[in-house]
Amino acid sequence: MEHPIQTDYLRWIVLLPLIGAALNGLLGAELQKRIGKWWISLVACAPVIVAFGISVAAFVKLKALAPEERFLIDRAYSWLTVGSLHVDVSFWVDPLSAVMILVVTGIGGLIHIYSTGYMHDDKAYWRYFAFLNLFTFSMLLLVTADSMLLMFIGWEGVGLCSYALIGFWYHDPVNTRAGNKAFIVNRVGDFGFILGIFLIFWTLDKQGHATVVFREIAQNASLFQGQMLWGVPVATLATLFLFLGATGKSAQIPLYVWLPDAMQGPTPVSALIHAATMVTAGVYMIARLNILFSMAPFTLSLVAAVGVATALGAATIALTQTDIKRVLAYSTISQLGYMFLGAGVAAYAPAVFHLMTHAFFKACLFLGSGSVIHAMGGEQDMSKMGGLRKYMPKTFWTFTIAVLAIAGTPFTAGFFSKDEILWQAFSSAHGSVWLWFFALVGAGLTAFYMFRQLFMVFFGESRADHHTQGHLHESPPAMTWPLIILAIGSIVAGYIGLPGVFGPNLFAGWMEPVIAEVHEAEHSAAAEYGLMALSVGVAATGFFIAYLMYYRRTLSPGRFASLAGGLFYRLSYNKYYVDEFYQKLFVEGTLKLAAVGVWIDRYIIDGIVDGSARLTVFISWLEGLFDNYVIDGMVNAVADIIFWSGAKFKKVQTGSINGYLYVVLGAVVLAIIIKLRYAG
Amino acid sequence: MELGTVVFYLVAALVVGSAAMVAFSRNIIYSAFSLLGTFAGVAGIYVFLGADFVAAVQLLIYVGGILVLILFAVMLTHRITDVQITNRTAGIVPGILIVGIFLALLIQTIRETPWAKAKEIVYTPTSAKIGDLFLQSYLLPFELASIVLLAALIGAVVLARKEIKG
Amino acid sequence: MEITLTHFLILGAIVFCLGLFTVLTRRNAISVLMGVELILNSANINYVAFAHYSSGGVDGQIYAIFVIMLAAAEAAVGLAIVLAIFQLFHTIDVGATETLKE
Repeated sequence: MEHPIQTDYLRWIVLLPLIGAALNGLLGAELQKRIGKWWISLVACAPVIVAFGISVAAFVKLKALAPEERFLIDRAYSWLTVGSLHVDVSFWVDPLSAVMILVVTGIGGLIHIYSTGYMHDDKAYWRYFAFLNLFTFSMLLLVTADSMLLMFIGWEGVGLCSYALIGFWYHDPVNTRAGNKAFIVNRVGDFGFILGIFLIFWTLDKQGHATVVFREIAQNASLFQGQMLWGVPVATLATLFLFLGATGKSAQIPLYVWLPDAMQGPTPVSALIHAATMVTAGVYMIARLNILFSMAPFTLSLVAAVGVATALGAATIALTQTDIKRVLAYSTISQLGYMFLGAGVAAYAPAVFHLMTHAFFKACLFLGSGSVIHAMGGEQDMSKMGGLRKYMPKTFWTFTIAVLAIAGTPFTAGFFSKDEILWQAFSSAHGSVWLWFFALVGAGLTAFYMFRQLFMVFFGESRADHHTQGHLHESPPAMTWPLIILAIGSIVAGYIGLPGVFGPNLFAGWMEPVIAEVHEAEHSAAAEYGLMALSVGVAATGFFIAYLMYYRRTLSPGRFASLAGGLFYRLSYNKYYVDEFYQKLFVEGTLKLAAVGVWIDRYIIDGIVDGSARLTVFISWLEGLFDNYVIDGMVNAVADIIFWSGAKFKKVQTGSINGYLYVVLGAVVLAIIIKLRYAG
Repeated sequence: MELGTVVFYLVAALVVGSAAMVAFSRNIIYSAFSLLGTFAGVAGIYVFLGADFVAAVQLLIYVGGILVLILFAVMLTHRITDVQITNRTAGIVPGILIVGIFLALLIQTIRETPWAKAKEIVYTPTSAKIGDLFLQSYLLPFELASIVLLAALIGAVVLARKEIKG
Repeated sequence: MEITLTHFLILGAIVFCLGLFTVLTRRNAISVLMGVELILNSANINYVAFAHYSSGGVDGQIYAIFVIMLAAAEAAVGLAIVLAIFQLFHTIDVGATETLKE
């Protein structure tokens, strides 16, 4: 931890996609016209693949180091120095970010290749890839940033690209609304995130260690002990704010509502952003700052509670959905809930492990559904599908493997990661039986709705109309090869994280330098086996019920649907009316507030302005009066006085000579008298 | 009392009396003829003062010229209303008042002023001296005076001409 | 008593005042002119008296002669004017010639 190794190649992991994005963004339209789409594909995919290569190299380098020394850093540029704040543009790779960059570049690269097939007929091909690269750049920045400020740039960047890509087909207002919703809801979370950053910086600055660099925050974490603000420990407050940001980005309660709508975007986008990478940013952030979270038990409990509630709630909604992507969206929300559950019981490594395995099978599921939609000519309603097994074998098999993984079938990756979380929920010092129980129920539901989807889409008779049936076909290799690779990963990736009872947990060991010391509660191996068996059993039950309902058709879904007068069904199908609630409360509330503002502006403020204008006019009118009567009066009076005195003096002109003489004589007499009296 | 003094007072009385007649008489003919008495008296005063030439001139011009002229004018305008004592603008009383004050002032001034006196008073014929002066020191005023007379002559003719022509 | 300069001056002053009185109070234009003649004569008396009683030589008499000359000219013109006014107004009352009055 003391001496991170300096490098200068890490920056290229982040910058190569940026260059790709710039090229495609600025010149893409022209290039596409002149050279062709293959050039766009090259410019877009090459950087990501090369970045993956560099990530592997970094990973190898890290592995060669001793565990305590596993830190690579690349200080690219000194960014800003303001007061006591000093931030560089620096990228670092430690075990945690190594996992992340491998996932992002690896799965991201596969999705880029898949997109060349899926988006083949789209006119705005270049724009898609420009944003996809930009997104990759932002996400890589997010996970390799060595300071919270730099991470926040990436945080915002992925939000922006998410908005741009969800609303990619912007001519349809439904898509743009979905994009807006994603961005706005994210913004609410980002507000919390920023407050978290401020609190952390402020607390550290107060004690002389001003920094936002992760490493230094971790080193000085003890400074958070005992610091209070508004009667609450600062660590708790900061982590609560940061968690708010995480709920926005990672679609947890209460800020999850944007994710289902985000399915309006192209399916590869859903795969990349809303399954494998962006939505995991929240989990990454908590894992990154795990020291701080471990100092705030209240926040951890909240995180776990929210996580399990989200996991269970989203699963219940997924039961009744008929859009193939919606099911997967709620499934994503639910699985993210598991990750947060893991983080909430201080099982940070298992949470990140599940993040990794989930990336594989969820991406596989989304890309598979994309393949199905592509074959169905754009149809996404599962009730119109069926029997696709015959037409799309590769898609079918990869999809099945991914479903097995997500359901937690033993020996798939999903089994290992999800099970570890369930075990930690039960056994960790921060865990509880209830957390485990609800998570278990959620797992059962997960198995059910995933198999339901599998059966509805691929088995039975095709319910599509004849025209569509006519051109059902397997997808091109550009699309099927990534599926295959991901499916393999869905099985294999789990073996690096074996539970303690089976063998060495390579993953946990790898992550150890990053995770602070957490007190482990001791439980017996027997308990672990028992729990494992229970979860397998629950998953099997889910499978069985789905099998009966949608394959054998012996159990009628209708009977369950009409339970309690259809109330449960309706609640589930309508997503518990949360969207409507938000709309009424926040959206319309804000609009009404705006209307009040308009009213104030129009009547009060404009009233004041008009009033002052009228007052000015009135004063001028008074002045006019004053001018007319007083000033002019005075001027006229002067003239009148002159007239009047002139009239009086006119009388002197008598025309009488005698009179004049008298006057002259009188004056002379007077003059002489005066001279005699006063002179000499 | 010397004879000279007595004569002086007589002549002075003549002058003052005639002047009073001119001032106060109601009849304009009386005023005009009193003027004759005044002029004659003044000539006598001149003789007293040894100004023989001036006295002669006085008689010649004033009595022989101006007085005749005045009489002519009186005759020519006699038809209309005669002299009235009171004026419209100011009556006798204010007039007497003012003039009285003025007179008093003058007399006081005359009395109080220390007049410079000549060492010796000689009575000599003055004509020769006057003639000399007229053609030496006072040549210019002399000539100008003649021009003035010419102008007055012409002017009077012009002014009064209409009467004859009608 | 001896006749001194003062006597003559006083005489002149009296005549002057009488002439002034005439000018002031008379309504007949010709009477006014007569008053003017009186004033001029009084001035002449003063001149000649000064000439006699001072060491100025006969200069005073010269002045007196000038005055007489000018009085003659003035009387001529004045009476011509009076006649002209008589033609116009048919009266020589000074109070009647007030057409310039406001």
